[in-house]
Amino acid sequence: MSSLQTLDITQRSATTTPSPQVRTAGVEVAKLIDVSKCIGCKACQVACSEWNDIRDVVGTNVGVYDNPADLSADSWTVMRFTEYEDKEQNHLEWLIRKDGCMHCADPGCLKACPSPGAIVQYSNGIVDFVEEHCIGCGSCVTGCPFNVPRISKKDNKAYKCTLCSDRVSVGLEPACVKTCPTGAITFGSKEDMLEHAAERVVDLKERGYQGAGVYDPAGVGGTHVMYVLKHADKPEIYAGLPANPAISPLVGLWKGAFKPLALLAMGVSALAGFFHYVKMGPNDADADEEKSDSTAAHQEQK
Amino acid sequence: MDMNRRQFFKACTAGVGGSSLALLGFSPQAVLAETRNFKLARTTETRNTCPYCSVGCGIIMHSLGDKAKNARSEIIHIEGDADHPVNRGTLCPKGAGLIDFIHSPNRLKYPEYRAAGSSEWKRISWEDAFDRIAKLMKADRDANFIEKNAAGVTVNRWLSTGMLAASASSNESGYITHKTIRSMGMLVFDNQARV
Repeated sequence: MSSLQTLDITQRSATTTPSPQVRTAGVEVAKLIDVSKCIGCKACQVACSEWNDIRDVVGTNVGVYDNPADLSADSWTVMRFTEYEDKEQNHLEWLIRKDGCMHCADPGCLKACPSPGAIVQYSNGIVDFVEEHCIGCGSCVTGCPFNVPRISKKDNKAYKCTLCSDRVSVGLEPACVKTCPTGAITFGSKEDMLEHAAERVVDLKERGYQGAGVYDPAGVGGTHVMYVLKHADKPEIYAGLPANPAISPLVGLWKGAFKPLALLAMGVSALAGFFHYVKMGPNDADADEEKSDSTAAHQEQK
Repeated sequence: MDMNRRQFFKACTAGVGGSSLALLGFSPQAVLAETRNFKLARTTETRNTCPYCSVGCGIIMHSLGDKAKNARSEIIHIEGDADHPVNRGTLCPKGAGLIDFIHSPNRLKYPEYRAAGSSEWKRISWEDAFDRIAKLMKADRDANFIEKNAAGVTVNRWLSTGMLAASASSNESGYITHKTIRSMGMLVFDNQARV
């Protein structure tokens, strides 16, 4: 448990026993991605692959700069390129967004996960998958409002960005943050990141981007990966970034109301079966019945 | 089922015993897993310069082992040098992937020679390589050296051979490279930095 000693767990999937609460939470961390500074060089993708010892297969060119074309169990972050045509202003904009786990304060994956301790949230805000506990059911994929987790074809376990929890737990910044040559990705306390983001928004507005703003959606309780967007009023144009992400109500229904009812139904039926067995015994066919059945079968054969 | 009093007590005892053992911690559950440990805790750090372009970013190479006599080092991770004034820890996608460049099966590790007309590369020693390069350079220089131009002015030019030098050089190695190349009269001399 050595690495967990510096990172207290505040939430654990499919677990009702309370988490340790004595130590103070410490610093809530956040990664800020300023898309206006991003040049799409993909150094973050390479640094992520290098640090986490994951190597995706060499893909094929699909006609756009997106490479790999989508997130996978071996690619935890990808740049998404969008050619956005503004009909009103009559101009073309090339939008680049680094996609990956948003580390929601209220994580849909963790809520949806049925395996105890397979998804945890640390006190600093990082949401992490513990693959040893993962049963590969894919509930986290449906529970995620940002469509981030991916199930590996090699081991049928879910993988995603860890926000380099192994680096952050010893006081380092995530690998993508460190490598970013333009300084588009920054890392620090969530408070500092919000302050820095606000400065960037003022700057962008002065440069004529009236829709500039911070993407820290309240629908998932805020995120620990935030964006500075030039067009925060319409985030969908950035390769489908949801304007109001929220955990699917079905997750709440299944895990909230349905789960105890289902458990009760299972318990009752098991108990009923046991008592039925004790009281009535197995359904034995009596000797006469068996004899008449076999003679009937014999006659049919003839 | 016909269960007599004795069998009923047996079943109850087995059930209580089994669940008690499970509660005591003897359940066949996986050991509590944790996230990855920090992989660089005791690696040896070596400063270097990225070999790619002329920006010359500082890098730190993390290798296994503490340089003890019996430990053979192996680079396991490379990241930007935060104290380097050029890049302050950042690296471009090529620099960020240096580890695979080092461990690439296609990496050239020794001089090779392909004879004219042959399609086969043969490994040769560094001595043989240097000897051959020196001999060919001398022969070419002797044949094509231009001492005076058409107007009779001394120029001392050697235009038929050029050299590509390294990019990630310090000022000092740049100075020595210039001295070496120019002293032979070579004008065709280039690298990514165009120094």
